[in-house]
Formats: sequence, C-alpha cells, structure tokens
Amino acid sequence: MSGLNWIGLRTLLAKEIGRFMKVAGQTITSPVITAVLYLVVFQQVLADRVEVYPGVDYVAFLIPGLIMMSVIQNAFANSASSLTQSKIMGNVVFILLPPLSALEIFLAFTGAAILRALLVGLVLYLVGWLFTPLPIAAPLHALTAAILAAGCLAVMGIIAGILADKFEHMAAFQNYLIMPLSFLSGVFYSVQDLPPFWAQASAFNPFFYMIDGLRHGFFGYSDAPGWLGLVVVAGFLALLSAIALTMLARGVRLRP
Amino acid sequence: MPAALHIDQVSKSFGSLKALDGVSLEVAQGDFFALLGPNGAGKSTLIGCIAGLLQKDAGHIAVLGHDTVRAYRQARRHLGVVPQELVYDPFFTVEKMLRIQAGYFGCGRDSWPWIDELIEGLELGDKRESTLRALSGGMKRRVLIAQALVHRPPVVILDEPTAGVDVELRRGLWHFTRRLHDEGHTIVLTTHYLEEAESLCRNIAILDRGQVIARESTRDLLARHPYRFLEVKTGSQTLPETLQPLQVGGTQGQWELRLDKTRDDMGAVLDTLNSQAGGIRDVRTRDARLEDVFVEMTSREARR
Repeated sequence: MSGLNWIGLRTLLAKEIGRFMKVAGQTITSPVITAVLYLVVFQQVLADRVEVYPGVDYVAFLIPGLIMMSVIQNAFANSASSLTQSKIMGNVVFILLPPLSALEIFLAFTGAAILRALLVGLVLYLVGWLFTPLPIAAPLHALTAAILAAGCLAVMGIIAGILADKFEHMAAFQNYLIMPLSFLSGVFYSVQDLPPFWAQASAFNPFFYMIDGLRHGFFGYSDAPGWLGLVVVAGFLALLSAIALTMLARGVRLRP
Repeated sequence: MPAALHIDQVSKSFGSLKALDGVSLEVAQGDFFALLGPNGAGKSTLIGCIAGLLQKDAGHIAVLGHDTVRAYRQARRHLGVVPQELVYDPFFTVEKMLRIQAGYFGCGRDSWPWIDELIEGLELGDKRESTLRALSGGMKRRVLIAQALVHRPPVVILDEPTAGVDVELRRGLWHFTRRLHDEGHTIVLTTHYLEEAESLCRNIAILDRGQVIARESTRDLLARHPYRFLEVKTGSQTLPETLQPLQVGGTQGQWELRLDKTRDDMGAVLDTLNSQAGGIRDVRTRDARLEDVFVEMTSREARR
C-alpha cells in the first residue's frame, strides 16, 4: 500500500479537533477551572509552609505539576471519549468504511488529543501568571515534555477507546488508572520527600517522568536528570504506539 | 471486465453461530441486485464482510477486482455502503458531515459541487445547515445515503434503506436509486419489501441461514415457481373437500387457492367450484409474486 491518504488524515484530524472545539466549555474551560481550584486551595493551605525546591515558592512549584496533570487527563479523555462515543453511537462506521489506514486513524486521534491537552496546558499556564511569575528556564524542554506526555496519554486513550464497550469501561480506566497515577506522581510534592521505598518506586512510574520533565523545563532542575525523563517518556510512547497500531491494524473490537 | 462484487467461499462465525457458511456470489457491473433473506439469514454479515466492517474467517471478496483485504484502499474507494442502523454524528451539520466524509475518501474541495448535487437530489437543501441531531429519522436516512455516495462509488450497497421510512420517502429513495442505476452504478440492496425488490432488481440472491439458496434473474426465479394463485368468490360458504388441500387463504365464500401449474388443472378446479360450491361469483388469477417464491423457498429450507 503506497503512500498516506493525506486528505483523509487531515480531514479526520480536523474533524477530531472540531469535535472538542464545539464543546470547548467542557473540554478546555472546565479542566482549567478544576486545576485553578486545586491551585487556590493548596496556595491557601500550604504556600507559607512548604518549600520544595530552594528558591522556588510552592505555588510556582505546583503550577507545572497541575499543568501536566491536566495535560495527562485531557489527552486521555479526548481520544478515549471520542472513540468510545463513536462506538456506542455506531458512527465509528464513518471512519471504518473509508480507505483510512490504521496509521492514519492513529495519527489523527493522537494529534487532536495532543492539541487539546496543549491548549488546556497553555491556558492554565497563562492563568498561572495571575498567581505567581512563571518564567520558563528551558522552553524547548518543557514543550517536548508536554508533547511526549500528551502523546502517551492520547495513545492510552485510543487503546482504552478500542477496549471500552460502554462509558463505564472508559470511566474505569480514567478513575482507577489515569487519575491515581497522575495524582501520585509528584503533582503536589517532590518524590524526594517520599519515604525511600516510594521514592525508588517512582523511578518505574512513567507518569513521574512526565511531571518531573515539565518541572525541569520550568526550573532547570528536577528530581531525575532532565534528559532521562524525556527518554523514558519517549520510550513509553513508542511502546504504547506499537500496541495501539497493532490493535488498529488487526481491527481489535472495531472490525470483529 | 471484473465483476462489481466477487464473493468466493466466504465464511464467518460469531462464537458457535455460523453466520455465513461458504457464500459465493458474483454481481456483474451495472446490475441492480437484491440480496434477500429472512432476519438472521446473514445479509448484514455479508455486507459487513464486503465493507471491511467485519473480518471474514475464510474466503475472498473483491470489489471491481480489488481484494477487500490486500487492496482495501482501492476496494473501499469503489464501494459505497448505506448501513442499516440509523447512525449519525451529532456534532456537525449535514453539509459539513458530507464534506468530512468525502475527505476521508481522499476527495477535497473538488467534490463539493457533487455534494451540492447530492443534497439537492436527496431533497436535503433546507437541512444543509441543520445538525444531524435535529433531523427526523427519514432525513437522517437520506444523509446516510448521501454519505455513502460522496466519493462517487461505482458499486453501492444499500442495507435495508427503506426500513422505517414513510411511503413518500420510500418512493423518493427508489426513484433516486433508479437514477443512480441509470447513471451506471451497480446497486445491491437488501430489503424486506419484496414487491420493491421484484420491480427494481434484475437479479436476486436469497440467503438463508448463512447459505445462498437461490441466485438467478428475477424473471427466472418467478418463472421457476410452480404455482399460480386463484382468488375466487363462491355462492357457498364451504369449500369442496377435494379443493381444501389447495387453500392458502380466505374464508366463508372468499377463497385463495394455490394451484400447481403442472398438476392442478385450472378448468377442473373452476368446474368443481361451479358445481359444488354454489357457483362462481367472481374470480381472479395471479402469477406467483416474489414474496410467494421467497416464503416457499425459505420455509422449504427450514423444513430440511
């Protein structure tokens, strides 16, 4: 099979972007408000008591964590809910009947989810300036970390969307996997402050590297070496992509 | 010239249920073809396998010579499928959805005039800017048909396109389908309205329990049917005993009798009615309809 169906890929990408933009109140504004609420609460309770990194106040430390948490949750939610909804409503046939390859479907869903996640992250970053100055020490590192993390979760969303037959299945992924892993990976604290066992366990948690990677971009230092975070997350993305592409190419649950 | 559809020994099971059992069929280019069968016969499964919505367990399918697995892009570009379920995307307007669907097939802006034609042809003009969610069932059905045609496929499969639509819309849809056929499209349809299949389709295949039990021209299928029907009104309220095995309908002086063309003599039957049933008040004969053939064949299969 030679070449990509570029028009098909572009159309599916635009359609997926159009889908979340049509309900931007739910897909962009709502997650920003949730993150800001966390910020307000933790600022009130902890700002004067905790200094995680020397010279960095707690609110400034917290904001990249909250940005990455939002990136993670929204990238996953976008591809997972789009696919699950299409399957439940039956309109997934509209992308299964045309000459779209597994790779084209994969790229379009992943691309749209990354874009939504970055938009939420960007808005949250801008809102964060209302709370504290947020200069970024290594912008390219921060952007790469955000894109790689969003990519991982977008692809996990595709896998969940393929496997889920109803919204409860998708919610189970979200509530029992994505939420705990994103919460427990250093959004609100540095893993250095954890008991030694849990600090070491974090070394095997890719979500920790996602959050830590963005912090490295913001402050220039982090719990793990900056390059290691990017490599681990890129490796995780490659593994997830191979799984998702295989599932799409074999038609798992989509072409029974 | 490759066949519009070439289906060779296709089988498909769902668990222990064998939905398709070695189905072979060929539909010629330019044909108007009916795929008939009772509920659960395997029609939609076969369409799913042709369209790539289902993976067959065995066999080969080609659309205009393009294998649906090895050359799936070409096969799908040549095929338009109207699914049976009334599915729609709630987020977009009719026009936007059609442009999106054309895009998936690799058609850019150059397909927009054709989309305008489809919108007009299917009388969707005043719904162009409506979201799919806001449309009635009949309108959604028209949009589904338009979506299947956005890429000008030479082979069009309509899976029960008139299920649940009113008489006027049904007529409109058949008129539109006839026009497509006249313009050179190969049409394959499944329907439970057998009189429509009889009047529209040149060739027919009957599927029952996953197997093809008939595949011939509509004319031959009807001619092969051994029965003729006699609707008669008699003076008496009872049917003579010798004619009772022929009765397939009616009661109390109005009877429908089924006569085997090779065995039952029409003149003798009428004589019996005249002499033993109080005389004939009214009489009408008709040849077998597709429905009679269909019921006969599928119930004969069920008896086996």
